[in-house]
Amino acid sequence: MTPQPVSGAALHPRLQEIVDDFHEVPDRDRLQLLLEFSRDLPVLPERYAAHRDRMEPVPECQTPLFLAVEVEPDEAVHLFFDAPAEAPTTRGFAAILHAGLDGLDADEVLATPAEFSSRLGLADLVSPLRLRGMAAMLARIKRQVRDQRAAPRAAQ
Amino acid sequence: MALPQDSAPKFAEYDHPEMIVSTEWVAAHLGDPGLVVAESDEDVLLYETGHIPGAVKLDWHTELNDPVTRDYVDGPGFARLMSAKGIGRDTTLVLYGDKNNWWAAYALWVCSLFGHPDVRLMDGGRAKWIAEGRPVSTETPERPHADYPVVDRDDKRIRAFKDQVLGHLGQPMIDVRSPGEYSGELLHMPDYPQEGALRGGHIPGAKSVPWARAAAEDATFRPRAELEAIYLGEAGLRPDDDVVVYCRIGERSSHTWFVLEHLLGFGHVRNYDGSWTEWGNSVRVPITRGTSP
Repeated sequence: MTPQPVSGAALHPRLQEIVDDFHEVPDRDRLQLLLEFSRDLPVLPERYAAHRDRMEPVPECQTPLFLAVEVEPDEAVHLFFDAPAEAPTTRGFAAILHAGLDGLDADEVLATPAEFSSRLGLADLVSPLRLRGMAAMLARIKRQVRDQRAAPRAAQ
Repeated sequence: MALPQDSAPKFAEYDHPEMIVSTEWVAAHLGDPGLVVAESDEDVLLYETGHIPGAVKLDWHTELNDPVTRDYVDGPGFARLMSAKGIGRDTTLVLYGDKNNWWAAYALWVCSLFGHPDVRLMDGGRAKWIAEGRPVSTETPERPHADYPVVDRDDKRIRAFKDQVLGHLGQPMIDVRSPGEYSGELLHMPDYPQEGALRGGHIPGAKSVPWARAAAEDATFRPRAELEAIYLGEAGLRPDDDVVVYCRIGERSSHTWFVLEHLLGFGHVRNYDGSWTEWGNSVRVPITRGTSP
């Protein structure tokens, strides 16, 4: 077993709830839970579906994933992901971040610990290499939130 | 009891037609005693979304690798893994997977380190099976436990280590990564996890032949004449050459190893699984940057 971090920065309750869900099920059901998340990844809205170029590629994922981040004037953060159906693991990671972070405000998103993905108990089942993709998604989300706060982007 | 060979004319042109079967062949033999079909994918969840009915899952990362040392499982570990999947030493094992059989070829190469007598690839892999509208199932089969013997892993014949590659400089070598990885243009993104290596480029003398060139649009292997045009013609290899192939961790190069060893009948091809994640992080090994070997 890969050791699980026992301490670390507190998680937002929505993220903590996801972590708890993963730890409440036995090992072999954890992958099923990830699969269920992957099925719940929201469909891309038209403004991105027709404009992939408005999204940021995440090459650290083994399968190409695209993400877009919008910070509303009231600081609410919205996340959009696009990954192919043949990449359920990548879709699952994206769906976890969506379920945990979409709609939170910018400070809450930025407070998410970088090692959040390692708390899900997936390292042995999925492999640390694959989990790196989720850490990269989170890093890029946080960077986009910081950038957009510094320079709000033009309305699309 | 080994199952019959697939007698498709395309395969007959290859040097080892016994190493490859078509989707038709698999469909016709599913459920035959002595056959186990195994799916090996890049994505660890893809099998769960639906697979060939009765197929077992074989994960390259969590099952074929030692969990601590950077190495493959050892003889006892391989025996335990195969036994748990219901695979015996006399089983005809047919592997298939996503991405042009990239990971299935990797699994086949690892099985070959243990000399599994009858292991084959399903041409076209998962994509072709699904494109043809063949049945898939989400049911995980319960196969009876088998009694796979402990066989020593043979790292000499088809595997190369860093020191051996250093001694091989100047002899035929194929880098199967993308042109950008070969030339050493790294994607530099400050603050992002950089999976891979501290240095970019390729091993001096290695020629660039991206692995997927061996696959046609439908993920099947190209016919022999087209493969010869690439590897014998463009890359200038000869079947009696001593060849080392590599990529980033040895997975994509397993695909090329399969092409050279089994489809074109090269006698001495080794896969350097340390590949760029070892070479590009090693102190004082020679590196060439740019597009020339």
